[in-house]
Amino acid sequence: MKSNDLALRAPKTKKPHLVLFKRKYLCIPYTVFLVLFIIIPIILIVYYAFSDDTGAFSFDALVGFFTTWTKINVLFISIFIALQTTLICLLIGYPLAYFLADKKVNKNVVLVTLFIAPMWINFVLRTGATRDLLTWMNINGGNYPYLATLIGMVYNYLPFVILPLYTTMLKLDKSQIEASYDLGANPFQTFIKNILPQSLPGIVSAITMTFMPTMSSYVISDTLSEGKITLLGNYIYLDFSNTAWNDGSFMALIMLVIVGISMLFTKNNEKVDSKGGASW
Amino acid sequence: MVKKIFGQIYIWLILIIMYLPILILMAFSFTDAVYVGQWNGFTFDLYPRLFQNQEIMIALGNTLIIALVSALVSTLLGTTGAIGAFYSKKWFRKTIDSLTQIPIVNAEIVMALSLTILFVFMGQYIFQTQLFSFWTLLIGHVVLSLPFVYISVKPKLQQMDPSLYEAALDLGATPRTALRKVLLPEILPGVLSGFLLSITLSLDDFIISAFTRGTGLLNGEANIETLSTLIQATIKKRPVPPEMRALTTIIFLVVAVAVVLVSLYRFYQSKHKKSHAQERMGR
Repeated sequence: MKSNDLALRAPKTKKPHLVLFKRKYLCIPYTVFLVLFIIIPIILIVYYAFSDDTGAFSFDALVGFFTTWTKINVLFISIFIALQTTLICLLIGYPLAYFLADKKVNKNVVLVTLFIAPMWINFVLRTGATRDLLTWMNINGGNYPYLATLIGMVYNYLPFVILPLYTTMLKLDKSQIEASYDLGANPFQTFIKNILPQSLPGIVSAITMTFMPTMSSYVISDTLSEGKITLLGNYIYLDFSNTAWNDGSFMALIMLVIVGISMLFTKNNEKVDSKGGASW
Repeated sequence: MVKKIFGQIYIWLILIIMYLPILILMAFSFTDAVYVGQWNGFTFDLYPRLFQNQEIMIALGNTLIIALVSALVSTLLGTTGAIGAFYSKKWFRKTIDSLTQIPIVNAEIVMALSLTILFVFMGQYIFQTQLFSFWTLLIGHVVLSLPFVYISVKPKLQQMDPSLYEAALDLGATPRTALRKVLLPEILPGVLSGFLLSITLSLDDFIISAFTRGTGLLNGEANIETLSTLIQATIKKRPVPPEMRALTTIIFLVVAVAVVLVSLYRFYQSKHKKSHAQERMGR
Protein backbone atom coordinates (compact mmCIF):
# COMPACT_ATOMS: atom_id res chain seq x y z
CA MET A 1 0.00 0.00 0.00
CA LYS A 2 2.69 2.39 1.07
CA SER A 3 4.78 2.04 -2.06
CA ASN A 4 1.66 2.50 -4.15
CA ASP A 5 0.94 5.75 -2.31
CA LEU A 6 4.40 7.04 -3.01
CA ALA A 7 4.11 6.16 -6.65
CA LEU A 8 0.88 8.12 -6.86
CA ARG A 9 2.44 11.11 -5.20
CA ALA A 10 5.66 11.15 -7.15
CA PRO A 11 4.54 13.10 -10.23
CA LYS A 12 2.93 15.69 -8.01
CA THR A 13 6.13 16.80 -6.28
CA LYS A 14 6.61 19.53 -8.88
CA LYS A 15 3.30 21.15 -8.08
CA PRO A 16 3.57 22.50 -4.49
CA HIS A 17 5.54 25.52 -5.70
CA LEU A 18 2.58 26.67 -7.73
CA VAL A 19 0.30 26.42 -4.74
CA LEU A 20 2.65 28.24 -2.38
CA PHE A 21 3.77 30.90 -4.77
CA LYS A 22 1.81 32.96 -7.27
CA ARG A 23 3.14 36.05 -8.97
CA LYS A 24 0.32 38.18 -7.69
CA TYR A 25 1.31 37.47 -4.08
CA LEU A 26 4.35 39.68 -4.69
CA CYS A 27 1.97 42.59 -4.44
CA ILE A 28 1.07 41.96 -0.80
CA PRO A 29 3.88 43.92 0.95
CA TYR A 30 3.39 46.85 -1.43
CA THR A 31 -0.37 46.94 -0.82
CA VAL A 32 0.06 46.70 2.94
CA PHE A 33 2.59 49.53 2.87
CA LEU A 34 0.29 51.74 0.74
CA VAL A 35 -2.69 51.19 3.03
CA LEU A 36 -0.72 51.65 6.23
CA PHE A 37 1.33 54.69 5.32
CA ILE A 38 -0.71 56.49 2.67
CA ILE A 39 -4.41 55.64 3.03
CA ILE A 40 -4.70 55.47 6.82
CA PRO A 41 -2.72 58.72 7.35
CA ILE A 42 -5.09 60.55 4.99
CA ILE A 43 -8.09 59.16 6.87
CA LEU A 44 -6.45 60.36 10.09
CA ILE A 45 -6.07 63.84 8.59
CA VAL A 46 -9.82 63.95 7.98
CA TYR A 47 -10.47 62.64 11.50
CA TYR A 48 -8.17 65.20 13.16
CA ALA A 49 -9.58 68.03 11.05
CA PHE A 50 -13.04 67.39 12.51
CA SER A 51 -12.18 66.68 16.12
CA ASP A 52 -10.78 68.61 19.09
CA ASP A 53 -7.89 67.99 21.50
CA THR A 54 -9.84 65.31 23.36
CA GLY A 55 -10.64 63.45 20.14
CA ALA A 56 -14.36 64.31 20.25
CA PHE A 57 -16.15 65.35 17.05
CA SER A 58 -16.01 69.11 16.53
CA PHE A 59 -16.22 71.82 13.88
CA ASP A 60 -13.76 74.08 15.75
CA ALA A 61 -11.06 74.00 13.07
CA LEU A 62 -13.60 74.62 10.30
CA VAL A 63 -15.29 77.50 12.10
CA GLY A 64 -11.89 78.86 13.12
CA PHE A 65 -10.73 78.88 9.53
CA PHE A 66 -13.71 80.73 8.08
CA THR A 67 -13.91 83.31 10.87
CA THR A 68 -10.21 84.15 11.17
CA TRP A 69 -9.13 86.66 8.57
CA THR A 70 -5.43 85.74 8.81
CA LYS A 71 -6.14 82.11 7.91
CA ILE A 72 -8.24 82.96 4.86
CA ASN A 73 -5.54 85.43 3.94
CA VAL A 74 -2.94 82.64 3.98
CA LEU A 75 -5.07 80.73 1.46
CA PHE A 76 -5.51 83.77 -0.81
CA ILE A 77 -1.83 84.74 -0.75
CA SER A 78 -0.87 81.13 -1.50
CA ILE A 79 -3.21 80.95 -4.48
CA PHE A 80 -2.08 84.37 -5.70
CA ILE A 81 1.66 83.67 -5.53
CA ALA A 82 1.14 80.20 -7.06
CA LEU A 83 -0.76 81.74 -10.00
CA GLN A 84 1.93 84.36 -10.50
CA THR A 85 4.77 81.84 -10.29
CA THR A 86 3.07 79.48 -12.73
CA LEU A 87 2.37 82.30 -15.18
CA ILE A 88 5.92 83.72 -15.07
CA CYS A 89 7.44 80.24 -15.38
CA LEU A 90 5.25 79.54 -18.43
CA LEU A 91 6.10 82.89 -20.02
CA ILE A 92 9.83 82.23 -19.62
CA GLY A 93 9.74 78.47 -20.16
CA TYR A 94 7.42 78.24 -23.19
CA PRO A 95 9.62 80.10 -25.69
CA LEU A 96 12.66 78.46 -24.16
CA ALA A 97 11.26 74.96 -24.68
CA TYR A 98 10.20 75.96 -28.20
CA PHE A 99 13.72 77.11 -29.11
CA LEU A 100 15.35 74.11 -27.45
CA ALA A 101 13.16 71.70 -29.43
CA ASP A 102 13.55 73.58 -32.74
CA LYS A 103 16.25 71.86 -34.78
CA LYS A 104 16.92 75.12 -36.65
CA VAL A 105 17.88 76.90 -33.43
CA ASN A 106 19.41 74.23 -31.27
CA LYS A 107 20.88 70.85 -32.12
CA ASN A 108 22.59 70.32 -28.78
CA VAL A 109 20.81 67.85 -26.50
CA VAL A 110 23.31 68.50 -23.68
CA LEU A 111 21.83 72.02 -23.32
CA VAL A 112 18.51 70.48 -22.28
CA THR A 113 20.29 68.42 -19.62
CA LEU A 114 21.95 71.62 -18.38
CA PHE A 115 18.54 73.20 -17.78
CA ILE A 116 17.48 70.23 -15.66
CA ALA A 117 20.82 69.73 -13.86
CA PRO A 118 20.15 72.33 -11.10
CA MET A 119 17.48 69.96 -9.78
CA TRP A 120 20.32 67.67 -8.69
CA ILE A 121 21.87 70.30 -6.42
CA ASN A 122 20.29 70.29 -2.96
CA PHE A 123 17.31 72.61 -3.19
CA VAL A 124 17.76 74.17 0.25
CA LEU A 125 21.31 75.06 -0.74
CA ARG A 126 20.04 76.55 -4.01
CA THR A 127 17.51 78.62 -2.10
CA GLY A 128 20.30 79.89 0.15
CA ALA A 129 22.38 80.77 -2.91
CA THR A 130 19.44 82.67 -4.41
CA ARG A 131 18.96 84.62 -1.20
CA ASP A 132 22.66 85.51 -0.95
CA LEU A 133 22.60 86.83 -4.52
CA LEU A 134 19.38 88.78 -3.93
CA THR A 135 20.75 90.22 -0.69
CA TRP A 136 23.84 91.31 -2.59
CA MET A 137 21.54 93.03 -5.10
CA ASN A 138 19.71 94.59 -2.14
CA ILE A 139 16.46 92.69 -2.79
CA ASN A 140 16.28 90.97 0.58
CA GLY A 141 13.45 89.82 2.80
CA GLY A 142 13.70 93.04 4.79
CA ASN A 143 13.03 95.29 1.79
CA TYR A 144 10.94 93.27 -0.64
CA PRO A 145 9.77 90.01 0.99
CA TYR A 146 7.13 89.30 -1.69
CA LEU A 147 9.38 90.01 -4.67
CA ALA A 148 12.21 87.95 -3.18
CA THR A 149 9.87 85.00 -2.58
CA LEU A 150 8.45 85.22 -6.10
CA ILE A 151 11.94 85.25 -7.65
CA GLY A 152 12.93 82.27 -5.51
CA MET A 153 9.84 80.32 -6.61
CA VAL A 154 10.47 81.00 -10.29
CA TYR A 155 14.11 79.97 -9.88
CA ASN A 156 13.10 76.72 -8.28
CA TYR A 157 10.20 75.66 -10.51
CA LEU A 158 11.48 76.74 -13.93
CA PRO A 159 13.16 73.37 -14.67
CA PHE A 160 9.87 71.60 -13.82
CA VAL A 161 8.13 73.72 -16.47
CA ILE A 162 10.81 73.38 -19.12
CA LEU A 163 10.91 69.57 -19.07
CA PRO A 164 7.24 68.72 -19.90
CA LEU A 165 7.01 71.62 -22.37
CA TYR A 166 10.17 70.47 -24.14
CA THR A 167 8.88 66.89 -24.50
CA THR A 168 5.59 68.06 -26.06
CA MET A 169 7.41 70.55 -28.31
CA LEU A 170 9.49 67.67 -29.69
CA LYS A 171 6.26 65.98 -30.78
CA LEU A 172 4.80 69.05 -32.53
CA ASP A 173 3.45 68.08 -35.95
CA LYS A 174 5.55 70.25 -38.30
CA SER A 175 3.38 69.56 -41.34
CA GLN A 176 0.33 70.99 -39.59
CA ILE A 177 2.22 74.21 -38.93
CA GLU A 178 3.38 74.39 -42.54
CA ALA A 179 -0.16 73.70 -43.72
CA SER A 180 -1.36 76.57 -41.57
CA TYR A 181 1.12 78.94 -43.27
CA ASP A 182 0.24 77.59 -46.71
CA LEU A 183 -3.41 78.26 -46.05
CA GLY A 184 -2.58 81.91 -45.44
CA ALA A 185 -2.37 82.22 -41.66
CA ASN A 186 0.14 84.69 -40.27
CA PRO A 187 2.62 83.62 -37.55
CA PHE A 188 0.34 84.94 -34.78
CA GLN A 189 -2.72 83.04 -36.05
CA THR A 190 -0.63 79.91 -36.55
CA PHE A 191 0.58 80.16 -32.97
CA ILE A 192 -2.88 80.71 -31.45
CA LYS A 193 -4.78 78.21 -33.59
CA ASN A 194 -2.20 75.50 -34.13
CA ILE A 195 0.97 75.51 -32.01
CA LEU A 196 -0.76 76.42 -28.74
CA PRO A 197 -3.49 73.72 -28.93
CA GLN A 198 -0.88 71.16 -29.97
CA SER A 199 1.27 71.93 -26.93
CA LEU A 200 -1.64 72.08 -24.48
CA PRO A 201 -0.87 68.73 -22.74
CA GLY A 202 2.61 70.03 -21.95
CA ILE A 203 1.19 73.27 -20.55
CA VAL A 204 -1.26 71.38 -18.34
CA SER A 205 1.43 69.13 -16.88
CA ALA A 206 3.71 72.15 -16.40
CA ILE A 207 0.94 73.85 -14.42
CA THR A 208 0.39 70.80 -12.21
CA MET A 209 4.15 70.61 -11.63
CA THR A 210 4.33 74.21 -10.34
CA PHE A 211 0.98 75.30 -8.92
CA MET A 212 0.53 72.92 -5.99
CA PRO A 213 4.20 72.77 -4.97
CA THR A 214 4.32 76.60 -4.87
CA MET A 215 1.25 76.83 -2.64
CA SER A 216 2.61 74.26 -0.25
CA SER A 217 6.26 75.25 -0.24
CA TYR A 218 7.85 76.05 3.06
CA VAL A 219 11.61 76.52 2.68
CA ILE A 220 11.54 79.03 -0.18
CA SER A 221 9.01 81.42 1.33
CA ASP A 222 10.45 81.08 4.83
CA THR A 223 14.04 81.73 3.75
CA LEU A 224 13.56 84.39 1.10
CA SER A 225 10.94 86.48 2.87
CA GLU A 226 12.69 85.99 6.22
CA GLY A 227 9.45 84.65 7.66
CA LYS A 228 7.34 87.61 6.53
CA ILE A 229 5.23 85.73 3.99
CA THR A 230 3.09 82.86 5.25
CA LEU A 231 1.88 80.37 2.66
CA LEU A 232 -0.16 77.22 3.33
CA GLY A 233 3.08 75.26 3.70
CA ASN A 234 4.48 77.68 6.27
CA TYR A 235 1.22 77.60 8.17
CA ILE A 236 1.15 73.82 8.37
CA TYR A 237 4.80 73.81 9.44
CA LEU A 238 3.96 76.27 12.22
CA ASP A 239 1.10 74.04 13.38
CA PHE A 240 3.49 71.10 13.33
CA SER A 241 6.04 72.96 15.51
CA ASN A 242 3.26 73.88 17.96
CA THR A 243 1.82 70.33 17.80
CA ALA A 244 -1.53 71.89 16.86
CA TRP A 245 -2.63 68.75 15.00
CA ASN A 246 -6.31 69.65 14.56
CA ASP A 247 -5.69 73.06 13.02
CA GLY A 248 -2.85 71.72 10.85
CA SER A 249 -5.01 68.81 9.67
CA PHE A 250 -7.77 71.17 8.58
CA MET A 251 -5.28 73.21 6.51
CA ALA A 252 -3.93 69.98 5.03
CA LEU A 253 -7.50 68.92 4.22
CA ILE A 254 -8.05 72.17 2.33
CA MET A 255 -4.93 71.43 0.33
CA LEU A 256 -6.15 67.87 -0.34
CA VAL A 257 -9.41 69.31 -1.69
CA ILE A 258 -7.49 71.67 -3.98
CA VAL A 259 -5.38 68.72 -5.21
CA GLY A 260 -8.59 66.78 -5.87
CA ILE A 261 -10.10 69.63 -7.86
CA SER A 262 -6.95 70.11 -9.93
CA MET A 263 -6.84 66.35 -10.61
CA LEU A 264 -10.42 66.45 -11.88
CA PHE A 265 -9.44 69.34 -14.13
CA THR A 266 -6.43 67.53 -15.62
CA LYS A 267 -8.45 64.31 -16.05
CA ASN A 268 -11.13 66.19 -17.97
CA ASN A 269 -8.43 67.75 -20.06
CA GLU A 270 -7.00 64.33 -20.90
CA LYS A 271 -10.44 63.13 -21.95
CA VAL A 272 -10.94 66.16 -24.17
CA ASP A 273 -7.50 65.58 -25.57
CA SER A 274 -8.11 61.94 -26.43
CA LYS A 275 -11.51 62.78 -27.92
CA GLY A 276 -9.89 65.51 -29.98
CA GLY A 277 -7.31 62.99 -31.10
CA ALA A 278 -10.01 60.53 -32.10
CA SER A 279 -11.94 63.08 -34.12
CA TRP A 280 -8.95 63.80 -36.34
CA MET B 1 18.57 83.29 -39.40
CA VAL B 2 17.26 86.07 -37.17
CA LYS B 3 15.21 83.45 -35.36
CA LYS B 4 18.27 81.30 -34.84
CA ILE B 5 20.37 84.13 -33.37
CA PHE B 6 17.52 85.34 -31.18
CA GLY B 7 16.78 81.81 -29.99
CA GLN B 8 20.41 81.12 -29.16
CA ILE B 9 20.74 84.39 -27.24
CA TYR B 10 17.52 83.66 -25.32
CA ILE B 11 18.60 80.11 -24.40
CA TRP B 12 22.03 81.18 -23.15
CA LEU B 13 20.67 84.22 -21.31
CA ILE B 14 18.19 82.12 -19.30
CA LEU B 15 20.84 79.46 -18.71
CA ILE B 16 23.27 82.04 -17.27
CA ILE B 17 20.56 83.62 -15.09
CA MET B 18 19.55 80.18 -13.81
CA TYR B 19 23.09 79.30 -12.81
CA LEU B 20 24.01 82.76 -11.50
CA PRO B 21 23.31 82.17 -7.75
CA ILE B 22 25.21 78.89 -7.70
CA LEU B 23 28.12 80.25 -9.73
CA ILE B 24 28.46 83.25 -7.44
CA LEU B 25 28.39 81.05 -4.36
CA MET B 26 31.10 78.91 -5.98
CA ALA B 27 33.23 81.95 -6.82
CA PHE B 28 33.07 83.09 -3.20
CA SER B 29 34.12 79.65 -1.99
CA PHE B 30 37.68 80.79 -2.72
CA THR B 31 37.66 83.57 -0.14
CA ASP B 32 36.95 83.28 3.58
CA ALA B 33 34.67 86.33 3.86
CA VAL B 34 31.50 85.99 5.95
CA TYR B 35 29.20 87.46 3.27
CA VAL B 36 28.86 86.87 -0.42
CA GLY B 37 29.94 90.12 -2.09
CA GLN B 38 32.85 90.70 0.26
CA TRP B 39 36.24 89.54 -1.11
CA ASN B 40 39.06 88.86 1.38
CA GLY B 41 41.63 87.63 -1.10
CA PHE B 42 42.01 84.24 -2.78
CA THR B 43 42.35 81.19 -0.55
CA PHE B 44 41.55 77.48 -0.48
CA ASP B 45 41.04 77.60 3.31
CA LEU B 46 37.30 76.87 3.16
CA TYR B 47 37.83 73.37 1.77
CA PRO B 48 39.83 71.93 4.69
CA ARG B 49 37.47 73.79 7.00
CA LEU B 50 34.52 72.03 5.35
CA PHE B 51 36.00 68.58 5.97
CA GLN B 52 36.87 69.47 9.57
CA ASN B 53 33.33 70.69 10.25
CA GLN B 54 31.83 67.77 12.18
CA GLU B 55 28.24 69.01 11.95
CA ILE B 56 28.29 69.11 8.15
CA MET B 57 30.13 65.81 7.80
CA ILE B 58 27.66 64.03 10.10
CA ALA B 59 24.73 65.48 8.16
CA LEU B 60 26.34 64.39 4.89
CA GLY B 61 26.81 60.87 6.26
CA ASN B 62 23.20 60.69 7.47
CA THR B 63 21.90 61.95 4.12
CA LEU B 64 23.84 59.32 2.18
CA ILE B 65 22.83 56.46 4.50
CA ILE B 66 19.14 57.38 4.37
CA ALA B 67 19.22 57.86 0.60
CA LEU B 68 20.83 54.48 0.02
CA VAL B 69 18.71 52.48 2.50
CA SER B 70 15.41 54.09 1.51
CA ALA B 71 16.17 53.67 -2.20
CA LEU B 72 16.94 49.98 -1.67
CA VAL B 73 13.73 49.41 0.31
CA SER B 74 11.63 51.39 -2.20
CA THR B 75 13.12 49.54 -5.14
CA LEU B 76 12.44 46.16 -3.58
CA LEU B 77 8.88 47.00 -2.49
CA GLY B 78 8.03 48.94 -5.64
CA THR B 79 9.35 46.32 -8.05
CA THR B 80 7.63 43.38 -6.36
CA GLY B 81 4.49 45.51 -6.07
CA ALA B 82 4.51 46.36 -9.77
CA ILE B 83 5.06 42.72 -10.79
CA GLY B 84 2.36 41.50 -8.41
CA ALA B 85 -0.17 44.09 -9.49
CA PHE B 86 0.56 43.46 -13.16
CA TYR B 87 -0.42 39.79 -12.82
CA SER B 88 -3.44 40.43 -10.58
CA LYS B 89 -7.07 40.79 -11.61
CA LYS B 90 -7.95 43.93 -13.50
CA TRP B 91 -9.98 45.66 -10.77
CA PHE B 92 -7.15 45.10 -8.26
CA ARG B 93 -4.50 46.42 -10.64
CA LYS B 94 -6.59 49.52 -11.38
CA THR B 95 -7.07 50.16 -7.66
CA ILE B 96 -3.35 49.83 -6.93
CA ASP B 97 -2.57 52.07 -9.92
CA SER B 98 -4.78 54.86 -8.67
CA LEU B 99 -3.65 54.49 -5.05
CA THR B 100 -0.08 54.85 -6.29
CA GLN B 101 -1.04 58.13 -7.95
CA ILE B 102 -2.09 59.71 -4.63
CA PRO B 103 1.37 60.46 -3.22
CA ILE B 104 2.57 61.63 -6.63
CA VAL B 105 -0.07 64.34 -7.02
CA ASN B 106 -0.38 65.12 -3.32
CA ALA B 107 1.52 68.02 -1.79
CA GLU B 108 4.63 66.81 0.01
CA ILE B 109 3.80 68.71 3.18
CA VAL B 110 0.36 67.09 3.40
CA MET B 111 1.94 63.64 3.17
CA ALA B 112 4.53 64.64 5.76
CA LEU B 113 1.87 65.92 8.17
CA SER B 114 -0.37 62.90 7.66
CA LEU B 115 2.52 60.51 8.38
CA THR B 116 3.49 62.53 11.46
CA ILE B 117 -0.07 62.34 12.73
CA LEU B 118 -0.08 58.58 12.11
CA PHE B 119 3.09 58.18 14.17
CA VAL B 120 1.75 60.43 16.94
CA PHE B 121 -1.53 58.51 16.95
CA MET B 122 0.13 55.08 16.97
CA GLY B 123 2.57 56.24 19.67
CA GLN B 124 -0.28 57.44 21.85
CA TYR B 125 -2.81 54.66 21.48
CA ILE B 126 -0.94 51.54 20.37
CA PHE B 127 2.72 51.58 21.41
CA GLN B 128 2.36 53.96 24.39
CA THR B 129 5.72 55.49 23.54
CA GLN B 130 7.26 58.16 21.35
CA LEU B 131 7.91 56.62 17.93
CA PHE B 132 10.04 59.19 16.11
CA SER B 133 13.42 57.67 15.21
CA PHE B 134 15.48 56.61 12.23
CA TRP B 135 12.72 54.14 11.33
CA THR B 136 9.97 56.75 11.00
CA LEU B 137 12.33 58.85 8.87
CA LEU B 138 13.04 55.81 6.71
CA ILE B 139 9.31 55.13 6.26
CA GLY B 140 8.83 58.77 5.28
CA HIS B 141 11.50 58.55 2.60
CA VAL B 142 10.13 55.25 1.29
CA VAL B 143 6.65 56.81 0.99
CA LEU B 144 8.26 59.63 -0.98
CA SER B 145 10.01 57.45 -3.57
CA LEU B 146 7.99 54.21 -3.68
CA PRO B 147 5.36 55.36 -6.23
CA PHE B 148 8.09 56.51 -8.59
CA VAL B 149 9.69 53.06 -8.57
CA TYR B 150 6.27 51.55 -9.30
CA ILE B 151 5.59 53.83 -12.26
CA SER B 152 9.05 53.31 -13.75
CA VAL B 153 8.80 49.49 -13.56
CA LYS B 154 5.19 49.27 -14.84
CA PRO B 155 5.83 50.29 -18.49
CA LYS B 156 8.67 47.74 -18.74
CA LEU B 157 6.25 44.99 -17.72
CA GLN B 158 3.76 46.16 -20.32
CA GLN B 159 6.42 46.15 -23.04
CA MET B 160 7.60 42.66 -22.15
CA ASP B 161 6.64 39.67 -24.27
CA PRO B 162 4.20 37.78 -21.98
CA SER B 163 4.99 34.39 -23.53
CA LEU B 164 8.63 34.55 -22.35
CA TYR B 165 7.61 33.73 -18.78
CA GLU B 166 5.28 30.94 -19.90
CA ALA B 167 8.00 29.51 -22.10
CA ALA B 168 10.39 29.40 -19.14
CA LEU B 169 7.77 27.51 -17.12
CA ASP B 170 7.16 25.09 -20.00
CA LEU B 171 10.88 24.43 -20.20
CA GLY B 172 10.84 23.33 -16.57
CA ALA B 173 11.78 26.46 -14.64
CA THR B 174 10.10 26.98 -11.28
CA PRO B 175 8.12 30.25 -10.99
CA ARG B 176 10.90 31.71 -8.81
CA THR B 177 13.62 30.86 -11.30
CA ALA B 178 11.51 32.19 -14.15
CA LEU B 179 11.01 35.45 -12.27
CA ARG B 180 14.71 35.82 -11.51
CA LYS B 181 16.15 34.69 -14.83
CA VAL B 182 13.53 35.77 -17.35
CA LEU B 183 11.36 38.53 -15.92
CA LEU B 184 13.93 40.47 -13.91
CA PRO B 185 16.45 41.00 -16.74
CA GLU B 186 13.60 42.28 -18.93
CA ILE B 187 12.47 44.95 -16.46
CA LEU B 188 15.94 45.80 -15.10
CA PRO B 189 16.24 49.21 -16.85
CA GLY B 190 12.99 50.31 -15.18
CA VAL B 191 14.16 49.02 -11.80
CA LEU B 192 17.47 50.87 -12.12
CA SER B 193 15.89 54.16 -13.13
CA GLY B 194 13.46 53.79 -10.22
CA PHE B 195 16.40 53.27 -7.88
CA LEU B 196 18.26 56.34 -9.16
CA LEU B 197 15.10 58.45 -8.95
CA SER B 198 14.60 57.30 -5.35
CA ILE B 199 18.13 58.37 -4.45
CA THR B 200 17.70 61.84 -5.98
CA LEU B 201 14.33 62.35 -4.29
CA SER B 202 15.71 61.32 -0.92
CA LEU B 203 18.85 63.48 -1.22
CA ASP B 204 16.79 66.55 -2.03
CA ASP B 205 14.05 66.11 0.54
CA PHE B 206 13.51 68.59 3.33
CA ILE B 207 9.85 68.52 4.44
CA ILE B 208 9.46 64.79 5.04
CA SER B 209 12.78 64.63 6.91
CA ALA B 210 11.91 67.63 9.08
CA PHE B 211 8.54 66.13 10.04
CA THR B 212 9.31 62.45 10.56
CA ARG B 213 12.84 62.45 11.99
CA GLY B 214 13.75 61.45 15.52
CA THR B 215 17.00 60.75 17.28
CA GLY B 216 19.58 58.32 15.98
CA LEU B 217 22.03 57.53 13.19
CA LEU B 218 25.30 59.51 13.28
CA ASN B 219 23.69 62.15 15.50
CA GLY B 220 23.28 59.64 18.32
CA GLU B 221 21.10 61.04 21.08
CA ALA B 222 20.32 64.24 19.17
CA ASN B 223 17.74 64.70 16.41
CA ILE B 224 18.91 63.34 13.06
CA GLU B 225 20.17 66.14 10.81
CA THR B 226 20.29 65.62 7.06
CA LEU B 227 22.04 68.09 4.78
CA SER B 228 18.72 69.74 3.96
CA THR B 229 17.57 70.19 7.55
CA LEU B 230 21.03 71.37 8.67
CA ILE B 231 21.34 73.92 5.88
CA GLN B 232 17.77 75.11 6.45
CA ALA B 233 18.44 75.61 10.16
CA THR B 234 21.65 77.56 9.51
CA ILE B 235 20.36 79.77 6.68
CA LYS B 236 17.05 80.61 8.36
CA LYS B 237 18.37 83.94 9.63
CA ARG B 238 21.97 84.13 8.35
CA PRO B 239 23.60 83.96 4.90
CA VAL B 240 24.99 80.63 3.70
CA PRO B 241 27.96 79.83 6.00
CA PRO B 242 31.40 80.00 4.29
CA GLU B 243 32.03 76.24 4.52
CA MET B 244 28.73 75.55 2.77
CA ARG B 245 29.98 77.58 -0.18
CA ALA B 246 32.82 75.07 -0.54
CA LEU B 247 30.24 72.27 -0.26
CA THR B 248 28.21 73.88 -3.09
CA THR B 249 31.28 73.81 -5.34
CA ILE B 250 31.87 70.13 -4.59
CA ILE B 251 28.22 69.15 -5.18
CA PHE B 252 28.24 71.19 -8.40
CA LEU B 253 31.34 69.37 -9.63
CA VAL B 254 29.78 65.98 -8.85
CA VAL B 255 26.63 66.95 -10.78
CA ALA B 256 28.74 68.28 -13.66
CA VAL B 257 30.65 64.99 -13.91
CA ALA B 258 27.31 63.14 -13.85
CA VAL B 259 25.96 65.33 -16.66
CA VAL B 260 29.09 64.73 -18.76
CA LEU B 261 28.86 60.97 -18.21
CA VAL B 262 25.16 60.87 -19.09
CA SER B 263 25.77 62.90 -22.24
CA LEU B 264 28.67 60.69 -23.27
CA TYR B 265 26.55 57.59 -22.67
CA ARG B 266 23.71 59.01 -24.80
CA PHE B 267 26.15 60.03 -27.52
CA TYR B 268 27.66 56.54 -27.53
CA GLN B 269 24.20 54.95 -27.63
CA SER B 270 22.97 57.05 -30.54
CA LYS B 271 26.21 56.31 -32.47
CA HIS B 272 25.77 52.63 -31.74
CA LYS B 273 22.19 52.70 -33.02
CA LYS B 274 23.23 54.59 -36.14
CA SER B 275 25.99 52.13 -37.01
CA HIS B 276 23.55 49.26 -36.50
CA ALA B 277 21.04 50.92 -38.78
CA GLN B 278 23.75 51.49 -41.41
CA GLU B 279 24.79 47.86 -41.23
CA ARG B 280 21.22 46.78 -41.85
CA MET B 281 20.91 49.23 -44.72
CA GLY B 282 24.12 47.83 -46.20
CA ARG B 283 22.70 44.35 -46.17
